[in-house]
Amino acid sequence: MKIAVCIKRVADSETRVKTAGDGKSLDDAGVKFILNPYDEFAVEEALQRKEKAGAGEVVVLALGGAAAQETIRTALAMGADRGILLQTDTVPADGFVTAQAIAAELKGGGWDLVLFGKMAIDDYNSQVGPMVAELLDLPCVTAVAHLTIEGGTVTAEREIEGAVEVVQCSLPAVITADKGINEPRYPALKGIMAAKKKPLEVKPVSLSGGAIEVLAMLPPPARKEGKIVGEGAAAIPALVKLLREEAKVL
Amino acid sequence: MAPKYHGVDFYALDSLLSEEERAVRDTVRTWVDDELMPVIGEAYIEGKFPKQLIPGMAELGLFGANLPEEYGCAGLNNVAYGLIMQELERGDSGVRSFASVQGALVMYPIYAFGSDEQKKKWLPQMASGKVIGCFGLTEPDYGSNPSGMITVAKETKDGWVLNGAKMWITNGSTAHAAVIWAKTGALTDANSIRGFIVPTDTKGFSAKDQKGKLSLRASDTSELVLQDVHLPKDAILPKSGGLKSPLMCLTQARYGISWGALGAAMACYDEAVSYSKNRLMFGKPIGGFQLQQARLAEMLTEITKAQLLVLQLGRLKDQGKMTPQQVSLAKRNNVNIATDIAREARRLLGANGILVEYQAMRHLANLESVYTYEGTHDVHTLVLGQEITGISAFE
Repeated sequence: MKIAVCIKRVADSETRVKTAGDGKSLDDAGVKFILNPYDEFAVEEALQRKEKAGAGEVVVLALGGAAAQETIRTALAMGADRGILLQTDTVPADGFVTAQAIAAELKGGGWDLVLFGKMAIDDYNSQVGPMVAELLDLPCVTAVAHLTIEGGTVTAEREIEGAVEVVQCSLPAVITADKGINEPRYPALKGIMAAKKKPLEVKPVSLSGGAIEVLAMLPPPARKEGKIVGEGAAAIPALVKLLREEAKVL
Repeated sequence: MAPKYHGVDFYALDSLLSEEERAVRDTVRTWVDDELMPVIGEAYIEGKFPKQLIPGMAELGLFGANLPEEYGCAGLNNVAYGLIMQELERGDSGVRSFASVQGALVMYPIYAFGSDEQKKKWLPQMASGKVIGCFGLTEPDYGSNPSGMITVAKETKDGWVLNGAKMWITNGSTAHAAVIWAKTGALTDANSIRGFIVPTDTKGFSAKDQKGKLSLRASDTSELVLQDVHLPKDAILPKSGGLKSPLMCLTQARYGISWGALGAAMACYDEAVSYSKNRLMFGKPIGGFQLQQARLAEMLTEITKAQLLVLQLGRLKDQGKMTPQQVSLAKRNNVNIATDIAREARRLLGANGILVEYQAMRHLANLESVYTYEGTHDVHTLVLGQEITGISAFE
């Protein structure tokens, strides 16, 4: 099975981020970057598919700055076979520009499966996966929490509001992975050492500006301090009064 | 739930680590967060090593991680190995001790003093955690003075017979194989000390857990008795010779301990900082009071110094230039500052500091053992004294 996994380097959600001087981007200083957690599910799924098939290749593809090589090597340490970095100065705000570059790289590659995380935890756009599918003219199932592949048929389960949706399509296909699809492995120490020796191809790409421009990046407004109205049952009337009159939520 | 642990790096020392070294550190850190932290409190109270973690530790490659790949090990450099010890002991000294013993005290002597057959037979099984080992040097009456040991190995026509007792043996009751040090000549002849690989199911070998420990409770510590233990000829580690062989193992283990104790100190500092910002007293966080700030400033200073110490020690080890005396300095300093930091963190946490849901007191109790084992603080003081003056205070 030949599988491509498209990944993104993102700021760790545990780090406190600051906006840069231009007010439109993040200040990278002191920020820890990680493999996007949903992409980790995609990498794990690819490795499990390959292991189950007993043969094949897992190729990791990222678009970003030179530092994204480190993120690719995390996936190589987990067990992927080789990596490709489409190197740019900045990751475009317009997902379609990214999708075009990735689709151009994947086109004609003979992939059985193209995996993405269901979204990147930095921009929350959920765009690139389905756009790549469209550009490659492949079926696409997004936010898959359970995946079965038998013969050339994919059966995917999606957790939708109050139910599970079961979807079928044929291979080759684009799947975006949701939490629950698997339990990603730790990159073992031997894997980390082996990753150094695995091929990682760096291809500079020049991208068009796209149709979207970031005007400003603002931190959420500071939360107002809470108010303790009292303790125990005696405090309930005062609380209800405030919820009704001040917070106006009742 | 406690906030996520981010380590301590006030001097941007991450920039002195390679990408692989950071990746190794981060992997073990995540593993400790996910697998060890949720179970360690209960294991400690129950007084049991969390055995269920062994397969996961092996899968990650934590056992003998700085030994070569041909024996199923990860082949890491010594800085990466040190970082593993740091992260494991951030969780618990007992769990780090388990990995230290398996790697530095059991796999290392087999690697350094064993025959090719012994290496091929034992090392891959130990790297994969299928065979757990222990290290028998210390005896009930010979701790700081191992050359006085009275365990003996008598050569017979078809092998060896071992008699004696060993004490304070980490992993003793869990182990499948023990590396036992015994005198093959007269009791006065420390040069006759040799190492033996003893499968623990050999007739005459028994291990009994030491009860009543108030420290390292999540680690098995045992007494070993060897009564007419018959071993084949090839049980001896052929390249071992004299007391310096087990002391070489201890240098390896002490190197790891210098990093490990630092991990415990970092855990206590991290907990103390977070607590000082959240705990309110007299209407403001206790971190706003000068006495607590002095505590935290002292902790951060000592941690930063200790980090520089072990990093350079690791670089020297990787260049083959590290001396046992340098290891003595690092073990002595880092365990000492870690014990002090754990105690100050415990105090900063007030009454909550005595509870198992916080880490400081567990680390403090553990570090009292680490202070005493692998060469007591005092013995390392005298090693340095001898190094400085050229005069031994031992004799």
